[in-house]
Amino acid sequence: MNRIKAFITDFGWPRIIIAIFLLALFISAPFVGVKLDASFTDVFNRFGQNVIMVLALVPMVQAGCGLNFGLPLGILSGLLGSTMAMQFGLTGPMGFLVAILITIFFGSIFGLGYGKLLNKVKGEEMTIAMYVGFSAVMLFSILWLLLPYTKPDLVMGYAGEGLRRSISLEKYWDKILNNFLALRIGSVRNLAGNLSGGFIFPTGLMMFVAACVVFMWFFLRTKTGTAMTAVGSNPDFARASGVSVEKMRTTSVVVSTIIGGIGILVYQQSFGFVQVYDAPLYMAFPAVSALLIGGASVTKASMLNVVIGTLLFQGMLTMTPSVINSVLKTDMSEVIRIIVSNGMIIYALTRKTKVTK
Amino acid sequence: MNPLKKFEPLKFISDNIVTVIFLALTIIAIPFSRLSGIYILSNLIDRFARSAFLVFALILPIMAGMGINFAMVLGATAGQIGLIFAIDYNVMGIQGLLLATCIGVPLSIFLGWFCGQVLNRARGREMVTGFILGYFMDGVYQFFGLYVMGWLIPIRTREVMQVTGSGVRNTLALGPVRGGLDNILNLQVGPFHLPLLTFGVIAFLCLFIIWFRKTKLGHDMRAIGQDQGVSHSAGIAVDRTRIMAIVISTILACIGQIIYLQNMGNMGTYTSQRQAGYFAAAAILVGGATVSKATIMNVFVGVFLVHSLYITMPIAGKEIFKSAMVGQYMSDFINYAIIALALVLHAWRNKRNADLARAGLRGHADKDSALAAQAGAVQ
Repeated sequence: MNRIKAFITDFGWPRIIIAIFLLALFISAPFVGVKLDASFTDVFNRFGQNVIMVLALVPMVQAGCGLNFGLPLGILSGLLGSTMAMQFGLTGPMGFLVAILITIFFGSIFGLGYGKLLNKVKGEEMTIAMYVGFSAVMLFSILWLLLPYTKPDLVMGYAGEGLRRSISLEKYWDKILNNFLALRIGSVRNLAGNLSGGFIFPTGLMMFVAACVVFMWFFLRTKTGTAMTAVGSNPDFARASGVSVEKMRTTSVVVSTIIGGIGILVYQQSFGFVQVYDAPLYMAFPAVSALLIGGASVTKASMLNVVIGTLLFQGMLTMTPSVINSVLKTDMSEVIRIIVSNGMIIYALTRKTKVTK
Repeated sequence: MNPLKKFEPLKFISDNIVTVIFLALTIIAIPFSRLSGIYILSNLIDRFARSAFLVFALILPIMAGMGINFAMVLGATAGQIGLIFAIDYNVMGIQGLLLATCIGVPLSIFLGWFCGQVLNRARGREMVTGFILGYFMDGVYQFFGLYVMGWLIPIRTREVMQVTGSGVRNTLALGPVRGGLDNILNLQVGPFHLPLLTFGVIAFLCLFIIWFRKTKLGHDMRAIGQDQGVSHSAGIAVDRTRIMAIVISTILACIGQIIYLQNMGNMGTYTSQRQAGYFAAAAILVGGATVSKATIMNVFVGVFLVHSLYITMPIAGKEIFKSAMVGQYMSDFINYAIIALALVLHAWRNKRNADLARAGLRGHADKDSALAAQAGAVQ
C-alpha cells in the first residue's frame, strides 16, 4: 500500500488523471462509432510529428536553464532550412537532407547568441526566453516578406514576393519519413483499387524518432552531457570540479535549438505544409506541456518523460475531438487542450522540487 | 532622489535606455508616417484616456517585488464578463458600466486571491507563472463563454448569442455602453476631445496610489519588495501581503479593461483581455519602470510613448517598405522586443551588481579588476 502511495506522489496526480482520461477515451471510442484503427494511426503520426520538439527541451532542462520557451528560435532555423532547400529546387531525400544541414547551421548561430544572452540573465530565463521567442518570430515575419525568395510555389501569387502563409510540400518531401517502409495492417482494397482504412504504422518516422532519442540518450551520457547535468543539479559544485558553467549552459542551448529546428522539419514533412509568419509563436507551449505531462520537472527530464508525455498529450489531443464531439455534438477539444496544457505547466512551476527522496 | 546630485547625461541615458530607444524610434517614425501633429496629438489624448488606467494595475505587484503581473489578464477577463452581462441585460450608459463593475470586481477579488495563492507557491518565477496563468484562464473563460453561457446561464439578447444558438459571440458590439464614461463630461477644445470624467477617474487613481504607498499595507509591500526574509522576521505577513498586492492589481485591471472597452465600443470576446496584458507590460517598461521599481510617472511616459509608436509605426512601415503587413509586424516586433530588452537589462544589471558585491567581499580594492580576474578564472 505504501509503495502504491509513494508511486502516486512521485508520478503526480495530474498525470494519473490524464492517463485514466485517455484510457477512458480509448475504451469508449468504439461505442460512439469512432474507428480505433484510424485513431491509432493518428496517435502514432502525431506522436512522431511532435516528439522531437519535446526532445529538444531536455538539454536545457538538464543544464538548469529551465523550460525552453524560446523554442521558436529553433523552429525559425528549421523554417529557414526548409524554405531555402525548396528555393534551391531540391526535392525528395536530397532536399530533406539539405534542409537539415541548413537548419543545423542556422540553429548553431541562433543557439549561440541565445545561449550567451541567457547566461547574462540567470534566474529569469523562462520569462525572457518567452519574449525573445516572440520577438524573433515577429522579426522573421518581416524577413519572410523581404527576403529574396523567388520560386513561384513559395511566394505569394499576386505580388510575386513574400512567402505564402503555408507552403505545400507536395512536390518536395511530403511524408518522406512517414511513408518510408510504412506498414499497413488490416487495410481493405476499395472499388477503385486503392488501399484504405486499417492501421498504418509510420516505420520511417518511428525509426528517425528512435535515432534522435538514442542520440540524445548517448549525448547526455558523454563527458559533455554529464558535465551539463552537473551544472543543472548544482552549479557551484560543478564549478568547483572544474566545469565551465557558462560554456555548458551555452552548449545545452545550442543543442536544444538545433534539435528544435530538426523537430519542425519532421513536423512539416508529416503535416505536409511549411507554415511561416506567426505560426511558430505559440509552438513552444504544447511541447513544454507534453514534457511535463511525461513526468519531467523544471529541473529534471529523461527520455522516458519525453516519450510518455508526448504519447499522452498527443493521444489526448487526437482522441478528445473525435470522442467528445460524437458524444456532446460540440467541439470542446480546444478548451480542454488549453486548460490541460497550461494547467500542467502551472502545476510544474508551483511544485516544490524534491531534492532527496 | 537628492536634488543637489549632479545631473550626468550619460548615466541618465544608460539608466533609461529602454525609454530612450523607444523615443528615438518614435521620432524616426513620425516624419515617415506623414501624419499631422494635431492628428497624432488628438489621437494620443483619446488613447491615453482609454488605456492609462490599465497600466496602473501593474504598479503594486512591482512594488511588492513580484515583477510584472502578467496575470492582470485575469482582471481584464473579469471586466469582460461583467460587460457581457451588462450588454445581455441591455443596461445603457454609465449604469451599464457600473453593473459591469459590480459583477467584475467580486470576480476579480476571487481570481486575484486564487492567482496570489498560485504565485506564492511559485516564488522566484512569478512572472512566467503569471503569464501561463493568463493562458490557463483563457481556457476557463472560453469554457464559460462558449458552453456555460447559453446552457446554465441563459442569454437574453440575440446580438450577444452566437449564430449557432449557444455561447457568446466572438466579437461583441458594446453599443449600449459605448462612451458611457467618456461622453458624460466631454469638453471640446479646438480639434481635441477632452473626456474630463475619465481624466478625473485616472487622477483619482493616482491620488489613491500616492495615498496607498503611505498606508501600513503600502509600507509592508515595499518592505517585502526589498527582502522577504527580513520582512517576515519583522512580523509582516508576507504571503498575505503578496496576495493583497495581486488582488488590488486584478481589481484595477478589471476596471481598467471596462474603461478601455467603453471607449473602443467593440470587444473581441476571447482576445481583448490578452491584448490588455501585452500592452500594459510594454507601456510600463517603456516608461522606464523596471521589474522592481515603478512610479506613476513611468506609467504616463510609457502610455504616451507606446501609443505614439502604435499610431505612427504601421503607417511609417507601410511607407518605407511599401507593404502594410511589414508595418503591422514591425509594431508587434517592437512591442515584444522592448519587453524582452527591458527584462534582459534588468536581469543583467542585477547579476552584475551581485557579482560586484561578491567581488567586494573578496577584499579586492578595485572591483572591476576583481571581476575580470573572476571571469578569467571561470573561463
